[in-house]
Amino acid sequence: MKSIKTLIAIVALAGLTSGAAFAQSHEREIPPRVTWSFSGPFGTYDETQLQRGFKVFHEVCSNCHSLNKIAFRTLAEKGGPGFTKEQVTALAATYKVKDGPNDAGDMFERPARPADFWPAPFPNKQAAAAANGGAAPPDFSVIAKARTYERGFPWFVFDIFTQYQEQGVDYIASLLPGYEEPPAGVTVPDGKYYNKYFPGNVISMPPPLQDGAVTYLKGPDGKPQAPETVQQYAKDVAAFLMWAAEPHMEQRKEIAFRVLVFLLVFAGLLYFTKKKIWANVEGHA
Amino acid sequence: MSGHSTYVPKSAVGKWFESRLPIMGLIHSSFVVFPNPRNLNYFWTFGGILAFMLVSQIVTGVVLAMHYTAHADMAFNSVELIMRDVNYGWMLRYLHANGASMFFIAVYVHIFRGLYYGSYKAPREVLWILGVIIFLLMMATAFMGYVLPWGQMSFWGATVITNLFSAIPGVGEVIVSYLWGGYSVSNPTLNRFFSLHYLLPFMIAGVVVLHIWALHVPGSNNPSGIEKKTDKDVLPFHPYFTVKDAFALSCFLMVYVWFAFYIPNFLGHADNYIEANPAVTPAHIVPEWYFLPFYAILRAIPDKLLGVLAMFGSIAIMVVVPWLDTSKVRSGNYRPVFQVFFWLFAINAVILGWLGSKPPEGMYVIASRICTVYYFAYYILVLPLLGLFETPKSLPASIADSVLGKGGSGSAMASGAAASPSTKG
Repeated sequence: MKSIKTLIAIVALAGLTSGAAFAQSHEREIPPRVTWSFSGPFGTYDETQLQRGFKVFHEVCSNCHSLNKIAFRTLAEKGGPGFTKEQVTALAATYKVKDGPNDAGDMFERPARPADFWPAPFPNKQAAAAANGGAAPPDFSVIAKARTYERGFPWFVFDIFTQYQEQGVDYIASLLPGYEEPPAGVTVPDGKYYNKYFPGNVISMPPPLQDGAVTYLKGPDGKPQAPETVQQYAKDVAAFLMWAAEPHMEQRKEIAFRVLVFLLVFAGLLYFTKKKIWANVEGHA
Repeated sequence: MSGHSTYVPKSAVGKWFESRLPIMGLIHSSFVVFPNPRNLNYFWTFGGILAFMLVSQIVTGVVLAMHYTAHADMAFNSVELIMRDVNYGWMLRYLHANGASMFFIAVYVHIFRGLYYGSYKAPREVLWILGVIIFLLMMATAFMGYVLPWGQMSFWGATVITNLFSAIPGVGEVIVSYLWGGYSVSNPTLNRFFSLHYLLPFMIAGVVVLHIWALHVPGSNNPSGIEKKTDKDVLPFHPYFTVKDAFALSCFLMVYVWFAFYIPNFLGHADNYIEANPAVTPAHIVPEWYFLPFYAILRAIPDKLLGVLAMFGSIAIMVVVPWLDTSKVRSGNYRPVFQVFFWLFAINAVILGWLGSKPPEGMYVIASRICTVYYFAYYILVLPLLGLFETPKSLPASIADSVLGKGGSGSAMASGAAASPSTKG
């Protein structure tokens, strides 16, 4: 048992010391900033963008990536992609989920209902890894908050005031079109790919998107709502993943503004009350 | 708790109750007529802010505990359910997580206020030591709270920190296995951390009562550092300080709201949105920001046991500060040389925090060592020696005089008037 503890200590220590060296030995590009509808104090999700992003997720990403913590019903909830309940019910019905045991004690499959959570594409992590060259595709429920890049000093200080917190989505929007031929001198193992935004640059996921792979809804002029390009797909699916990670963001920012206005007025009143009370004290303004 | 016991119940029921349990009189003498130095500045509002934060953390925490599942397989998911499906669960969780950070911002201002104005000096040593105990309890509570979401940083932070105890000779291994409840950080660890995370805040509340009690014996220190003498030096707590504290609290809450509602994950770590995985070590294991200076001290020292001793020593040394500081003058306002060392100490602490977030290699380690040396030198060398060699400015005759600008060389007067050392205070 002592050896296990020692091993953990060594692993932890190795993580502490080698992590930085690892990060520095590879060139990792900083994702460029994308203009998001949901950034800033009054940011809201763009429903049509979330619907497009959902389409990309549904037709491409969901073949390998799970979305375990999202129930179908949330797709119709306020502050989200704005699908109708009927659309969500119809969508859920296209999936089968395991249920039971029934009265006979048997497990059975039934069509999914809106209350069900999004079914994972693989029965378990091992199966997911086995089907994907040994690397299990990560779950997408909170991935927009689970990925970031280091802002460094002094930028992280400015971020407090500018409220820049879209590092995760910026990274996703850059990563998906970020595949390149490896630069001279860099060899990429078989079954791996070179991506200039991925930490360490060697990624197991093959380039998932191609121009025209997902057909967007047509606008009134007969053209697609948005360009059917890898760049656009990446932005749209990143926006969808931001919503998946923060489904109550719109409500949160609305409440924030109201609370701040209240506190500002309240603090102002208290300030003048304080001035009035202290006015009769000699030596105080 | 001292103060004028001028409370007279008005109603018959009030009289009946007061003669059996004089709690209204206690509240009245402690928080209504209690005489506070009239010259307290806004740094003195952080005590009230901290009391508010403790209550706020307990209220949000108790409701969160109604929805949280302390199990290694379910904790991460239960936190996401709180974020998604519990009514206003996202608000509770973001308020609680950011509330911890706000609690520490306030406590650091409070501690540095005490260090600058010499609030730890006689007769307030016990008050100060109780404060150090509260600070330690806060750190333990915050550390265990960060483990509960059971993300990658929860798990690996817990692994690194609990492993520190194994450095203690003889009993270290036993202590670690008691902390873990097994042979590694696992489900029993999560369960006992949850239990203790729920318990410790109430212990903090208990020590806070003692802290306020010890405060109300001599009363608050003040920017001049001289004791109150006459009624001209003081003002009743209510309404003068209740309204001032309320105004300061509202301003503080705006900062809190900004973080909790607009940038709720700014102070957190992205890796903690990845579920704990004992098989995958994150590239950087970094504690929450409020532990970073101490983490830097830990890593500045190449020997594990000495590093652990230095880290705990950096907090323990605060207990003896009242006896390390030899200066007879309390307030830094009247100690021009002390001011230089004090602000260097404050900047040094911030740099230590930054170094704690950096990998322990190259220049960072060297810088951490220099900063660690200054951290301890401030307590062990600067404070004892400065009191012997420094010539303080002359003190005002009373608190009222310091406010009205009569006598002394208070802030209103030109500096550099190095009068003879005062024997007062």
